[in-house]
Amino acid sequence: MTLDLIIFLVLATIAVLAALAMLLSDNAIYSALFLIVNFAVVSVFYLMLNAPFIAMVQVTVYAGAIMVLFLFVIMLLGADKLRQPQTDIPWQQPLAILLGLVLLGVAAFAIVSRGSVSAPSPLSDQMISAFGSPFELGKLLFTTYLFPFEVTSFLLLVAMIGAIVLTKEEKAKLLPRRPTKS
Amino acid sequence: MHESSTFSLSSLVPLIVVFPLLGVILNMLVGKRLGDPWAGIIASLMSGLAFVIAVLQLVGLFLEKFHATTVTIAEWIVIGTLKIPWAFQVDTLSVTMMLLVTGVGTLIHVYAIGYMKGDERFHRFFVYLNLFIVMMLFLVSGNNYLMLFLGWEGVGLCSYLLIGFWFDKGAGGVGNARAGRKAFVVNRIGDFGFVLALFLIFWTSGSLIFNDTFKYFEEKAKEHAAAVTAPAPAAAAGAKPAEGHGESEGPTTEQIATAITLLLLVGAAGKSAQIPLFVWLPDAMAGPTPVSALIHAATMVTAGIYMIVRSNVIFHLAPTSQMVVALIGASTAFLAGTIAVGQFDIKRVLAYSTISQLGFMIAAAGMGAYVAAMFHLLTHAFFKALLFLSSGSVIHGVEHGHHALHAHGGGHDHHEAPAPDAHGGHQAAHASAASPDHAAESYDPQDMRNMGGLRKHMNVTFWVYLIGAIALAGMFPFAGFWSKDEILADAWLIGSKQPYGVAVYVLLSVAAFFTAFYMGRQVFMVFFGGARTDAAKHAHESSWVMLTPLVILAVLSVIGGGLNLPKFIPGGEALGTWIEHSVEVHAVDFNLTVALISTGVGLFAIFLSYLVYGRSPMMTMTDPLERLGFLFRFLNGKWYVDELYNAIILRPVEGFATFAAYALDWDLWHDFFHDVIIAGGFRWFSGFLAGFVDKGIVDGFFDGLGGFVRETALNFREFQTGYVRNYALMVLIGVVAVLGYFLFVR
Amino acid sequence: MVPTSYYILLSAILFTLGVAGVLIRRNAIIVFMSVELMLNSANLAFVAFARAFQTGNAVSAAAMSGQIFVFFVMTVAAAEVAVGLALIVAIFKSKHSIDVDQVHQLKG
Repeated sequence: MTLDLIIFLVLATIAVLAALAMLLSDNAIYSALFLIVNFAVVSVFYLMLNAPFIAMVQVTVYAGAIMVLFLFVIMLLGADKLRQPQTDIPWQQPLAILLGLVLLGVAAFAIVSRGSVSAPSPLSDQMISAFGSPFELGKLLFTTYLFPFEVTSFLLLVAMIGAIVLTKEEKAKLLPRRPTKS
Repeated sequence: MHESSTFSLSSLVPLIVVFPLLGVILNMLVGKRLGDPWAGIIASLMSGLAFVIAVLQLVGLFLEKFHATTVTIAEWIVIGTLKIPWAFQVDTLSVTMMLLVTGVGTLIHVYAIGYMKGDERFHRFFVYLNLFIVMMLFLVSGNNYLMLFLGWEGVGLCSYLLIGFWFDKGAGGVGNARAGRKAFVVNRIGDFGFVLALFLIFWTSGSLIFNDTFKYFEEKAKEHAAAVTAPAPAAAAGAKPAEGHGESEGPTTEQIATAITLLLLVGAAGKSAQIPLFVWLPDAMAGPTPVSALIHAATMVTAGIYMIVRSNVIFHLAPTSQMVVALIGASTAFLAGTIAVGQFDIKRVLAYSTISQLGFMIAAAGMGAYVAAMFHLLTHAFFKALLFLSSGSVIHGVEHGHHALHAHGGGHDHHEAPAPDAHGGHQAAHASAASPDHAAESYDPQDMRNMGGLRKHMNVTFWVYLIGAIALAGMFPFAGFWSKDEILADAWLIGSKQPYGVAVYVLLSVAAFFTAFYMGRQVFMVFFGGARTDAAKHAHESSWVMLTPLVILAVLSVIGGGLNLPKFIPGGEALGTWIEHSVEVHAVDFNLTVALISTGVGLFAIFLSYLVYGRSPMMTMTDPLERLGFLFRFLNGKWYVDELYNAIILRPVEGFATFAAYALDWDLWHDFFHDVIIAGGFRWFSGFLAGFVDKGIVDGFFDGLGGFVRETALNFREFQTGYVRNYALMVLIGVVAVLGYFLFVR
Repeated sequence: MVPTSYYILLSAILFTLGVAGVLIRRNAIIVFMSVELMLNSANLAFVAFARAFQTGNAVSAAAMSGQIFVFFVMTVAAAEVAVGLALIVAIFKSKHSIDVDQVHQLKG
């Protein structure tokens, strides 16, 4: 039982609990905040896995941008509290939980029976700073994965336009109505 | 008998039917335009030409030494072994008939030109008359039974057409047509017997040609005679089968011949008006008088006798039939003679007289006295035709007297006598407009009670009528005496050998008595005494067109006896020897006893009639004989034979026909079977098919199929809930399944 | 050192939680957040495997590819969130509700 393992277990528990809390919370803002906690924990995991750049990006983009966007929309729509009366499909919930457990069971069985129980080999010293560094990431990104990189930028452009178009009001509704003779 | 190879007069014989046939066609095509009297003149000319051909045949036979000849024109029927040609047989028997038919026929044609003058269907009458001549000549000149039968049927048809010539007249407007139908139907019954005889003849002898059939029967007779006389050597003969030709098996030749001849007798009874099929002839008087004279006195009715004489070979083999024929003939002669005594219509008396004389001829033929039969046939033709034509003249005269009385325009088309032989149609010839005064009065010009004293007004008619009457009564030396006497002599001869001959002789003698009596009655009633009606008072003589044939026939009635005088007179038995060339017969010797008896009987009868009718002539409508009461009514009522037939034959047949038509056909067949069973059953079946099968099974299947699809679709639709979460769940299920498959199964 | 399979198991648990969230919650925003959770768990698995493949002294491109992939996933997730939230806002404008169960007009 090394320190890494203890830290891992503690952090894993926090992550799972945060995720559960996100699911079960009635208030949407609470759910968002719990998700941010989850993201933060996962970011630590990235650090433990020698991926410092990814960890930072996780915090910046996921927790910082995406979740903030979520919070904005929640507050915009006033969706924090949702009336949750009777549902039309009551059988959905038990079945979903069951299937989820089945899925988990299957995956767990697969991982446990075939996964390696040994830890990955420790990195050499020069590897520690090289592996996962922005330098290495950038080197790969702009050579082998150049095309996906450019496409991604295009994708972001499309998303921006899409978001604007979807939320744009109809022109007819903006113009003042001509008063009708009555 | 041989086929004619070089030119001989007999090869002209087909012309004998060609000429009258030409007359038929000519009159049919242009007769209406030719009109009165040219249509009649053409017809008489054609008939006369046929007579010339007949005379040429006579000459030809003399040249050929009386050998018979066959003149074949074409093959008619060739089926298997049956061969029937269109062939004429020229022998003495057929030439005798040819001469009679064409000779008397021509005279009657000429008479009819005058008699039918003014009739609206003048030309049609002569079409029928010529057609009759054609058919009668086929009958007498054919060389096979089928041609004879063709002519037989043909003259039946012409008789029907001519009896009903004035088809819109008669009792109730249909009387004449009914008479024609009666003649046809009764004849048909006789024809049925004839046809059966034909079948038997063909069946046994294999041919219908006279010579072949007779040869067959003669050979059979010889075989039979040989087998009878020499039964023992049959075993010695060896090769011949011991039983011979159906001696112990199947019917004998005599039995077959008896069957054939009895059936032929049925046919002759129909055509020649014997018991029991004589009822049509009195009704046939509805036709015009020339028709009565030609067809129902001289020619058609003698076809039966000709047929029997022609079939003499077969009759010889059946002595039983001969007896039956003779007895039938004699009985008919007796019956008809008695009925004639009680009749008032002038033509009816003559009709029953004809039936009676035909009975004489049939009796003679039955007894095998073929010469006597043919002789009487010829003489009877002369004087009966004479009598009929003269009666026509009398009727004409009385009618003219009737019209002369009612001078202003009246014609009668309304003379409907109670008896269905109304002469009424003839008045149409004189009619211009019906005069209303006569509606109440029904004047019958044929009723003898309306006549009387006519000898003063119609002299020539009176004398010829008298001659005819005396000839018919059989008084020496007129024709009837010789022929009737020969028959009586034959009966006497047979009577000495077999008992039935006695019966025949007695019946015929009594009939002869009645013959003389009713002829005397008729002559006294019509010509003597005073006129009983105004019409008779104003009667006048007929034209020379009508009188000339009468005179000719009268002459023939006088000298006709010369045809067959007894042997001891030089030139005697002319007809006998003539006929013997064709027919196996022996003329009987003159029997003085019989002659004396018959003359005495006849004179007695005439004297009796003088006592009753001549001495104190009838001045009223009542016949003196009516004092006899029921006996006279029985005779007047024709022994009620028609009524008997009506009751036992016609009523049941009509009843059955009505039953068959209404109960069987209409109710049972139509209403029940068709409507209920067939139509109803069909309707039920189609209803079943439509309802149960089509709607139920077929529709049900497809509806069910559609319904099943719909139900399934409805159920499957539930999957599309519209909830996104459900869809996501479905995806998850799929993921789990695939994952599980890949991880655990593979 | 922590065995790789522990990280993968954690990733599986987080993924399952995300799936459950998508299926159970009716609030559209929560559902979206569950989807982000799922994406995140996938990222974790990628990074864990990337680390596991790094053996030897040279930086293996295969190993780094894992982290490159995470980079792209995050980019796409961000774009997706932007568009998705815009959609939710647009739906809210017409239906005035973000309950996903209200959007069931395409029911069969």
